[in-house]
Amino acid sequence: MLRLFYVLQLADNALIHSQLLSAWCGHGPILEQDIAITNTALDHIGQARSLYQYASELLNALPESEKAAAFSSPLLQQVSRAVQEDDLSSLRDGWDFRNVVLVEQPNGDWAQTIAKSFFYDVFQYLLYQELLKSPDTQLSAIAEKSIKEVTYHKKWSSEWVIRLGDGTAESHDRMQKAVDTLWSYTGELFMPSEADAFAFQSGMAPDVAVLKDSWLAEVTAIFDQATLQLPSNNWMQKGGKQGMHTEHLGYVLTDLQFMQRAYPNMEW
Amino acid sequence: MHIENQQTDPATFNPSFCLESVPLKAYVKTVFMSATNDAFEARIAADSFIEPRDAMPDAYRKTLIRQISQHAHSEYVGMLPEGNWISRAPSLKRKAVLLAKVQDEAGHGLYLYSAAETLGISRDQMLEQLHDGTAKYSSIFNYPTLTWADMGAIGWLVDGAAIMNQVPLCRTSYGPYARAMIRVCKEESFHQRQGFETIMRLAQGSDVQKKMAQDALNRWWWPSIMMFGPPDDNSPNTEQSMRWKIKRFTNDELRQKFIDVTVEQAKFLGLTVPDPDLKWNEESGHYDYGAIDWTEFWNVVKGNGPCNRERIEARRSAWESGAWVREAALAHSRKRQARQVSVPEPVA
Repeated sequence: MLRLFYVLQLADNALIHSQLLSAWCGHGPILEQDIAITNTALDHIGQARSLYQYASELLNALPESEKAAAFSSPLLQQVSRAVQEDDLSSLRDGWDFRNVVLVEQPNGDWAQTIAKSFFYDVFQYLLYQELLKSPDTQLSAIAEKSIKEVTYHKKWSSEWVIRLGDGTAESHDRMQKAVDTLWSYTGELFMPSEADAFAFQSGMAPDVAVLKDSWLAEVTAIFDQATLQLPSNNWMQKGGKQGMHTEHLGYVLTDLQFMQRAYPNMEW
Repeated sequence: MHIENQQTDPATFNPSFCLESVPLKAYVKTVFMSATNDAFEARIAADSFIEPRDAMPDAYRKTLIRQISQHAHSEYVGMLPEGNWISRAPSLKRKAVLLAKVQDEAGHGLYLYSAAETLGISRDQMLEQLHDGTAKYSSIFNYPTLTWADMGAIGWLVDGAAIMNQVPLCRTSYGPYARAMIRVCKEESFHQRQGFETIMRLAQGSDVQKKMAQDALNRWWWPSIMMFGPPDDNSPNTEQSMRWKIKRFTNDELRQKFIDVTVEQAKFLGLTVPDPDLKWNEESGHYDYGAIDWTEFWNVVKGNGPCNRERIEARRSAWESGAWVREAALAHSRKRQARQVSVPEPVA
């Protein structure tokens, strides 16, 4: 069960991040960047699909009693056939989602989306570098498939942090404000959940807390180039990995799950 | 036959430089322009491409700017009605396919803006014309996307109609436009197949999915066949565009071809085309179809479509709220350049 929850943490991060990034499609500040951010959203959907497919296998293999206890959302419990990727993305309510609260934060302006992406991209890069070595062959294969794009995402968002931080006075202010706004959502990335602890102890994933130093070093180096200040506020929000989210997630899911809920049990 | 024309350089060719009221200059200009026109006409007659550095009549240049920018705007605005369903796509696979498709439209916009830029207009100028309403885009995008089936209908019908229009453009006389269209057409034909597959899934699905597919066909059929533009006897630009080989078929010819193909596809899907007058004509070998409501078409062109205001507002808002981002990118790139310049050369 904890292995399932660990995979879902990864999958839900990918899906929710992608769902929000894709809202920029057609609304970006520059046509080329509209294409770039849409591409990134597509990469994350691809990752989410692979991870949900793996999570479905793990769920379907559980004994019936554990299956019933895995989620609170009744629609998912009522699925009588083998669970599939879309059941996991569309039939769970927020309390069954395990993404970090960072990725569900609103896009805001371009600076806020960049800050959110940057914090997440640096983390994901460090994590996936480690997952490449995972003895869980499904996870290592997904990491292998994703690492090139994950590396590019980090490069893209880092460049934008620098460009906006070291651009005009207005862009600098907006970038700093975005960093300050989102900073308190970054701590959760490195607070091990029960699933993280299981994944580490069983050797399938790194100790997430250990990634923090590298993450902070990389963020600080980019902030230096961007002439941005690291926020001094060190109070960190948490809860996403345990299913306690911010108010935003409910609305994200309302959109995401609309079709499967309004027209259940159909093939699309 | 390929006629080399080295007489003019578009960077310096400006007919207005000889517009002073000196009779000799006027005479020289007439002779010069007429030689230029002869060379241009010869290239058109020989089916050679006109390239950006070739001389071309001002009216040809203007017509192309109007048409290519209108086409680019259609791709850009066209992202919006489908973009409307990205967040609500019914499965992750469908979401990925739709997102990739809308991204392709952005790519098409990019090729086409670049093709138009070779004619001496900037992308910013074109966008300004879009935002202030001087430049048009395809009216089809002023219709709303109300259900998921609309994603199928747009791919099947709207992209299908666009392909009919665009395949001949791969042989259009202006080289950069023709080359852009080859790539666009490949992707559009992929989209059309995806759209058809999306609507087929619905047409073969549950009762409510079939109903959704039929409802989408009912709403998109007439606007789709209007996409070919006004009938030939009321299409002011067709004749000249055909002479210049910008256009290879008339609006009505393309419309007929589309109807003939699409009606058969609708039959295969088990859907009903919402035209009671539609019937096969043995003699002509084509489908006869009912009267098109051109009043609706012109109304939508004039801004009275269901979504004209929202579409332009969305484009303007993206442009305006992105202004500070573009300024920042420019400012940062200047700073970097300045820093590179100020780094002293290493001593050998």
